[in-house]
Amino acid sequence: MNTPDTDHIDVRYVAKLARIDLDEAEVTALQSQLDEVLAFVHQLDELDFEGVEPLSHPHPLENVFREDVVEASLEHEEMIRNAPGAVQQLVRVPQMIE
Amino acid sequence: MSELVKKSVGELQGLMVSGACSSRDVVSALAARIEAVDPLVKAYVEVNVEDALAQADAADRRRAAGEKGALLGIPVAIKDLLNVKGQSCRCASKLLEGYVSPYDATCVAKLREAGAVLFGRVNMDEFAMGASTENSALAVTRNPWDLDRVPGGSSGGSAAAVAADSAVVSLGSDTGGSVRQPAAFCGCVGLKPGYGRVSRFGLTAFASSLDQVGVLSKSVADAASTLQVIAGHDARDTTSARVAVPDFGAALTGEVKGMRIGLAEEFFGVGVDPEVEAAVRAAVDHLVSLGAEVVPVSFPHLKYAVPAYYIIAPAEASANLARFDGVRYGARRDAEDPVELMRRTREAGFGPEVKRRILLGTYVLSSGYYDAYYVKALKARALIQRDFGTVFAQCDVLATPVAPTAAFRIGEEVDDPLTMYKGDICTIPTNLAGGSGLSVPCGFTSGGLPVGLQLLAPAFDEVSLLRAGHAFESTTEWHTRKPVIEGARA
Repeated sequence: MNTPDTDHIDVRYVAKLARIDLDEAEVTALQSQLDEVLAFVHQLDELDFEGVEPLSHPHPLENVFREDVVEASLEHEEMIRNAPGAVQQLVRVPQMIE
Repeated sequence: MSELVKKSVGELQGLMVSGACSSRDVVSALAARIEAVDPLVKAYVEVNVEDALAQADAADRRRAAGEKGALLGIPVAIKDLLNVKGQSCRCASKLLEGYVSPYDATCVAKLREAGAVLFGRVNMDEFAMGASTENSALAVTRNPWDLDRVPGGSSGGSAAAVAADSAVVSLGSDTGGSVRQPAAFCGCVGLKPGYGRVSRFGLTAFASSLDQVGVLSKSVADAASTLQVIAGHDARDTTSARVAVPDFGAALTGEVKGMRIGLAEEFFGVGVDPEVEAAVRAAVDHLVSLGAEVVPVSFPHLKYAVPAYYIIAPAEASANLARFDGVRYGARRDAEDPVELMRRTREAGFGPEVKRRILLGTYVLSSGYYDAYYVKALKARALIQRDFGTVFAQCDVLATPVAPTAAFRIGEEVDDPLTMYKGDICTIPTNLAGGSGLSVPCGFTSGGLPVGLQLLAPAFDEVSLLRAGHAFESTTEWHTRKPVIEGARA
């Protein structure tokens, strides 16, 4: 496996993963800005992480369970009101399956 | 200008209890004040006076029926990322144009229950990403102390409105300093409770392990009474803490005798402006004169807080903001296929800073980079939490500047994201560790800009922050100064 390039972001590839179209000017600006941020965060490489566990959340988390009881939910009509071009109380999207 | 708009929550409550004024009077006075100053300050992105007056009348009826409560009839301005049923919730983004909230955030529902008037939505950096409110797609909010300067961010609208007396109190959110820094820039009080103290249900998520709802107010007592209403466990937020909610008002004794104030020199070695440093050190001296003692402590991993944060927060944001795809809500850009629809919607809807952070977050989580960036940042986060553990074994609260400088000029840093990020150095650590923080006005620069003192405490010890902040405030006059807004109608 090739060693990942941790100095430069492949902006176009990452934008594709993130599902954001970008124009040329945006790609250029983002390239230098993001590379600058990467260079900055590389400071973390100075640290000694021997015996340090990653902390993804400030407090210890436990699974939260509840009884499987049916509860009232938000009104369908009210929720669908925000959907662009909703048809017959359904969310409308372009055709996905041939 | 009606004198009512200058009053704190506590003062207005007293006036309403005695019958000297009604909630309707307060809302009317604020509406007039908004009309006079907001064309200049631009703190608000939505104001519905009629709806607020109806809520005020309902509060007045509840009072007439014998109800009491600290926030009964008090107008609260809401940051544009908290859902209030029937109001817009655009997160200052083009992407959420036309969105109307179908439900109340839990903290908002608690305000309603307490009889508060949900009056006005205030500006912010788009999706809370920024430190100047310049990243708003809706308006450029100005600092009431100097209209050429930023109000801070991301809760800049909240801070500017409170400082301009066009709001009594406001809810904001704090992911890396977004309540405390604008409070400092605008000369008001900003409280970020411990992570999990206030439910995040209905708060549009930016970075879920860091986000916390906070309060911007004219006094520490107002922050305490507002937190009292919105705090508490909520089954709808699995990260909401199952801890008892203390009586925050009881902390306001004015007594700091024997309180140990930690001072870590690292916080002054991060390019802090000499005038800011002098004001913060003088504030600590003042607390000592009230009977507190200073404990020198150290925070060895401070310089790693910003790098860790700008990996963790974008990583979480990239996942959270995936929901903004134009399918179920938002300003959709149509296309032939669903993925193209999402790509176009997000291109058109997101501003530059949001795109930057989504891309950065997507990158650090992508295959091959996860260990090199994300895991490393989480380990640095553990070291920062450990620093706090060592610090709070020696002192009750840690005193630091809120930001290295006072408010900067509009446009000064907007094209230089990294410089803007570095300004979060003093506020970010407590978000990473889940702790609580308070910003109180502690002086002015020679140019007349407010400076804030930051007090930090462990997660659920807001009581210590409020006690120290209140003692400081009641023996100083910084918080009583008001900006003169040039060109405002009388």
